[in-house]
Order: sequence, then C-alpha cells, then structure tokens
Amino acid sequence: MTRALALVLTLLVAALFALSLLVGPAGLSPATSLAALIRGEGLAETLVMREIRLPRAILAAMIGAALGLAGAAMQGYLRNPLAEPGLLGVSGSAALGAVIALQTGFAAQFALGLPSAALVGAVLAVGLILALAGPRGGSLTLILAGIAVSALAGALTALVLNLSPNPFAASEIMFWMMGSLADRSMTHVWLAAPFIAIGAVLLLVQGRAFDALTLGEDSAASLGVNLSRLRLVLVLAVASMVGAATAVAGAVGFVGLVVPHILRPFVGARPSSLLWASALGGAVLVLAADIAVRLVLPDRDLKLGVLTAIVGAPLFLHLVYKTRAQGL
Amino acid sequence: MSEFTLSDFSVARGPCDVLRDIDLTVGAGEFVGLLGPNGAGKTTLMRAALGMMPHRGRSTLSALPVAERARRAAWLPQAREIGWPISVEDVVTLGRLPHLARGQKPGGADRAAIDKALARMGLEGFRTRIATQLSGGEQARVLIARALAQDTPLLMADEPAAGLDPAHQLGLMDTLAAEAARGRSVIASLHDLGLAARYCTRLVVLWQGGIAADGPPQEVLTPDLLARVFQIRAYVRQTDDGPICQPLGVV
Repeated sequence: MTRALALVLTLLVAALFALSLLVGPAGLSPATSLAALIRGEGLAETLVMREIRLPRAILAAMIGAALGLAGAAMQGYLRNPLAEPGLLGVSGSAALGAVIALQTGFAAQFALGLPSAALVGAVLAVGLILALAGPRGGSLTLILAGIAVSALAGALTALVLNLSPNPFAASEIMFWMMGSLADRSMTHVWLAAPFIAIGAVLLLVQGRAFDALTLGEDSAASLGVNLSRLRLVLVLAVASMVGAATAVAGAVGFVGLVVPHILRPFVGARPSSLLWASALGGAVLVLAADIAVRLVLPDRDLKLGVLTAIVGAPLFLHLVYKTRAQGL
Repeated sequence: MSEFTLSDFSVARGPCDVLRDIDLTVGAGEFVGLLGPNGAGKTTLMRAALGMMPHRGRSTLSALPVAERARRAAWLPQAREIGWPISVEDVVTLGRLPHLARGQKPGGADRAAIDKALARMGLEGFRTRIATQLSGGEQARVLIARALAQDTPLLMADEPAAGLDPAHQLGLMDTLAAEAARGRSVIASLHDLGLAARYCTRLVVLWQGGIAADGPPQEVLTPDLLARVFQIRAYVRQTDDGPICQPLGVV
C-alpha cells in the first residue's frame, strides 16, 4: 500500500512539474517549450522557460514538500492532527522580517534583500523559542513559546502596517503576505534550496522517533528516543524549511495542515511513513495550486496563498465532518 | 546478577524531597510489587530510576546511554497513550525499535518476539485491528504486549492491572510472574493488595519518602504495616489456594 502510494505521488509530482513548465501567459506550444528548455532554441523562449517557468516549478515543488514535511513532523511530534508548521511562529517572524524590508526599502536595495530579511526574522524566532522553552521542557512549553512568538510577530507586523506612511508599501506588503511564486528567479531557488534540503534530511532520518512518540513521551524515551535532541532537531529543521519557504514565497497556508491529514489513512497512520508521503503530497498540492492560479484568473494575478486557503479550508471542514461521523 | 540498583537515591520536586536516600536492589527472577498510598512516590521512583526525572544518588539505569537503557529496561507508563489510529501489530512492533539499527526492518527474531508478546496477552485475533478503536482494557493489553516485545531483562510497569477485567488482571499477573520465573526482573506498582500478595515474590512499600517495608508478601503485609501505611485493616491468611489479602475497612 505504501509502495503504491509512493509511486502514485511521485508520478503526480512529475506530471504536475511538467505541466507547470508548459503553462503560462507566453502561450508557447509544448514542443517549443521543451526545445527551448532543454536545447536552448529561440532566445525569448529559452529566457521564458529557463528564467521564469523552471524556477517557478522548482520552487512550487520544493516549498510544497517543505510545508508538507514540516506539517507531518509537527503533527507527529505533538500527536495532534491540528498542529501545523506555523505553530512555531517561524513563518510569522519570517513575514515580519520581509515586511520590515519592504517598509524600509531594504528589499529594493538588492535582489535577495527581502528573502534575506525574512530569513533573519526566522532565525531570531528560533532563538527566542529555544530560549523561552528551555532545553529540557516538554512539547507543551514549545507550543506555548511558539504561540507567544507568533503573536508578537503578528503584532509587530500590524504595527509596521499601522504606522506605514506609504500606502504603496502597505499594499505591497499586503500582496506579499498572500504568498506567491510569480516572478521568482533561480537565485530564489538557490537561496531556499540549502535550507529546505538540510531541514528535510534532518527530519526524514527521525522517522522511528516519531513512530515511538505515538505512545507518548515517556514510552518514547524508554524506547531509546532522546527527547531533548528530537525537540531541538524538530525546531531547527522546521524553522529552516518554513523560514526559507516563507522567505521566497510569502505565507502559503493550509498545506502543512491539510496534506498530512489527507494522507494519514493511506500510510496506516504511521508517523514515519507520513513524513515522506506528506513531502510528496505537499509538492503535488502546491504545484497544482500554482498551475491553477495561472489558469483560473490569468490576468488578475491570483495569489497562491489565497488559493491554497480557499481550497484548503473547505477540504479541512470536510475532514472535520468525516472525523465526527466516525465518532472520534 | 542484579538487574537494577538504586543507592542513596533521592528525588526532589520543588523544595521538598519526594524520595529520600532510597537503597534498593532487584535481582533476576524477582517480581517486585511496589506498594504505597497515593502520592507515596511509586511512579516517581520508577521514572527517576529510568533517568526521566532529575535525581541525586545512583541508579544503574539512568547512568546508561538512552539507546542502551532501552535494551535493558522496558517501561509501561500509567497513561495509556496511543496517539494515532495504527494497527495493534504496529503498536507491538514499536517495542522492537531498541533492537533495530537505524533504517533496519524487523527481521525473523523480531517477528518471533512480536508473535510471542501478542500470544501472551491473548491478542492474536487483534493484529490488524486499529488500536485506538479498542476498549480501554484491550488497549492496556496491547501496550503491555508492546513492553513484553521489547524483551528486556527488566520490565517496569506503572499500575499495569488498572482498568482490566478480573480474568485479564489475573492473566496479566500470571504473565508477569512467568516472565520473572524465566529470569527477568519485573517491578510493578500495584494498588490491589490481593494481587500483590498472591503473585509477587517481593513487596516494597513506599511511605513518607522512604521504604517502609521490603520482603516477601507474608512478612510485609502485617496488620501493623497495613494500619500504619494504608490506614486499613485486612484479612490476611495463608490458605491452600495461596496467600489472601482482602482489605476489610478503614482504620
């Protein structure tokens, strides 16, 4: 069952990745697109394919995988299907960093000004969470620290918007916070890739620790899981992935919440299998959503985060309803 | 060989000591019933001995690295938590984690240990059932099977009999006694003095931060101790059906 799921999800990722390369306002035919991408035929076409569509498809897959995996890890660690990557407050803090960069004009100074500022915000959040939660605390203190950091970042973001003398900066901030993959370049890919790769590796090797946690923290510890180390790894890995994802794409909600929830029944609810499954599932969801924003309202620049929330929320309501029907 | 030793062992919670200067050695083949009124420190003793709480003094278990400790002692907490709707067999398989290298799949020896643990708890027919959909008592048996599958020289259980029906209580105690008879050490906190008297080879009574009594059941369960520690009087007799301890009333 899990092998079939892995195959299906991998094929979906591949198909949607290819489709993502073939969809866009330039209206290139599939043959032209691929010739331009692979052999570099035609100056304008090559530019469109290699500098616009390719980074966009890579980022969609990467960010989807990061959010799905981070969501599965958070849910596994807390043994709670309502957990999501944003709970640590890292995405909120990354957004605050980006907002400050937009407001001060730092974002316009150089190409990576905005994502770098967002990453600084994420790093500060991690430091604050670890300092608040302490080295030995349980999962509850971690969540409380995350909620506190999240609330603080949200308040400061609101403050920046509140005091913004420049309406254009304010609207730019609003749109950035909705999350999008439009007009990103390969530099964005290279900026986010190492953080996401490191975070993914850190989490994927912790599968058995998450499995053991099914029986609670005490039992997991007696099964040989080093809980304080697991917690540190979790915070660093989730922050690294979510911080990088938010830095290049803005806030893309609901992926980390919904994807593990949908896939859980297909892996026999095993937290270790859910990790890789949610990474693939996240990539599928974000690739599909990013294709949809280009097809649904091509002229209106529909934001990715808006679409994932609009699709994700009713889906989540449906899941809640189904869970209730099962009497759980 | 002694499986487990505590010496000068103290545990503090806030400013006051919950346990003070405990010395306790449990050898192979012993089935130790850990008794004491609520709040006497039974759970604290076991958790701290396993290194899950800060303590002073020496515990042979908490001194070990986490992975090594998991191969030496299995721990069954009182809170019966199964966080996800995974199958009974998957729950019991978790008991084999300490014996598997990273990325290693359970092999023949692991399968055998899992089958044996399922059989001991009468769970053969439950293998593919979803653990979270079972009744509380059935979940308790699944979790006990998980601890048995861990196949460690020492098994520590916090009120393993709580919430089981009479037949399964007796079955569980039989199983634990049989594990001890095979040369394992078993330490279980118990509230049922009758079960403790009938099955344990040794009783340790915790009271006011120390060990109030330690020895074979017939020597420990005296009217004086029952009145002093538990504030009860009880009918205690050695019968043809084995020892009987039936609490009669509050002193």
